[in-house]
Amino acid sequence: MNQSVTQKKAKLPREMVQQVLPLALIRGEVVVKKPQDLFIPPDALEVILESFEGPLDLLLYLIRKQKFDILDMPIAPITTQYMQYIELMKEIKMELAAEYLVMAAILMEIKSRLLLPKQAVEEADEDPRAELVRRLQEYEVIKNAAQQLDQIPRLERDLFEGSAELAEDFQAAIFETHVEMSELVSALQGVMKRTKAFEHHHIEKEFLSTRERMSLILAYLKRAAATNSAFVEFSELFKVQEGRQGVVVTFLAILELIKESLIECLQTQVFGQLRVRLPE
Amino acid sequence: MTSIERLKLSQLLEAAFFVSNTPLNIKQLKTELLINYQVSHQEIRDVINELVIKYKDSGINLVKVASGYRFETITTLSDDLAFFVAKLNKEKAPKYSRALLETLALIAYKQPITRGEIEEIRGVAVSSYIMKTLLERNWVKVVGNKEVPGRPSLYATTKTFLDYFSLTSLTQLPELLPMADLGATDKPIEEMV
Repeated sequence: MNQSVTQKKAKLPREMVQQVLPLALIRGEVVVKKPQDLFIPPDALEVILESFEGPLDLLLYLIRKQKFDILDMPIAPITTQYMQYIELMKEIKMELAAEYLVMAAILMEIKSRLLLPKQAVEEADEDPRAELVRRLQEYEVIKNAAQQLDQIPRLERDLFEGSAELAEDFQAAIFETHVEMSELVSALQGVMKRTKAFEHHHIEKEFLSTRERMSLILAYLKRAAATNSAFVEFSELFKVQEGRQGVVVTFLAILELIKESLIECLQTQVFGQLRVRLPE
Repeated sequence: MTSIERLKLSQLLEAAFFVSNTPLNIKQLKTELLINYQVSHQEIRDVINELVIKYKDSGINLVKVASGYRFETITTLSDDLAFFVAKLNKEKAPKYSRALLETLALIAYKQPITRGEIEEIRGVAVSSYIMKTLLERNWVKVVGNKEVPGRPSLYATTKTFLDYFSLTSLTQLPELLPMADLGATDKPIEEMV
């Protein structure tokens, strides 16, 4: 069927003068005659295509128009009609026609399966129409929903927003823009801070040497040992004035000294003070 | 913070609804309009209800939509106004295609939904143009991705969509009609061919 149609189409002389069309279309009511030797202007076909939202819609239309119970679907006549539509649309919208062709194939499959002599019980075959019917039903629900959605009053079409002009002597409020010097300064600081984030990281020579600090600690401990007790409070070794860098260096120095067993670190009770001394 | 007379509060709210281009909700009114006054949410709500009653029989009503309250014309005037407004604006209200409405309906009722799922139910490809229009009108938005191969976008409707259709929530959408009762057939296949 498909093939013969294609051949017929091919033979249609393109330059044929357009005639008055026996092809009428009134919203939903499509009268299609198989193109014999009639040239159908592409526009007419588009109209047909546009009045259907796809193969399911077309099928629903055919079924509803013929007042078929979907389940009573007489596949043969529907398929015939369906194919006629497809023949019409093949010419212009190939990509759209593809979706319709898939549906045609489904119809054909169903038809052929229905025609096959029924095999014995073993094949508990599902009714081949079931899936198609399910999809048609599902689509119809949404189709109705869309129609209902279209009925809801909406802005621009059914509803218009009430609005009013401002009084003639209306003046928009001017917000005070006085800025304190301090705010300016803090804003600048914020900027400076952010610019810093964009600077490259420079590795600088450390001002405090860990090695030097190790020596200092050893000397300090030695001095302490000589004068009074051998033990020195851990916190005593830190000079807060040196800032974070100083603290870090001292800590590193202590770790290094412990590792090299040059000093001992003791704690007499849990959470108690740490004490440091020279090894005995 | 000063107190505000009931009458002035009523006038102020009324004016604000008319001057604003978008619906206003109570929180907005309190923090943006009445920032200098000592007013409770309840008081604002009461005054709004009074305004609703005040305009009850008027050509415009104070109506609650998804993102707040706004004044809108009453639907009984729609037909006469539509013609007039089209003239005023020198253009007709946009008409939306069935394809667009079906797509929108699917997103509204079955959200979150992927484009593929929309296509499966409609039996045709969803044109990019339709999705673009829906997204541009801010009626739908991408709310996530479905965790299946390809991670397709999941679409849902927005408050703007509800506002446009003068709804306060999705539950106000008309109920879906039940599937046409086509039930399983009792007839054996042979009879139908």
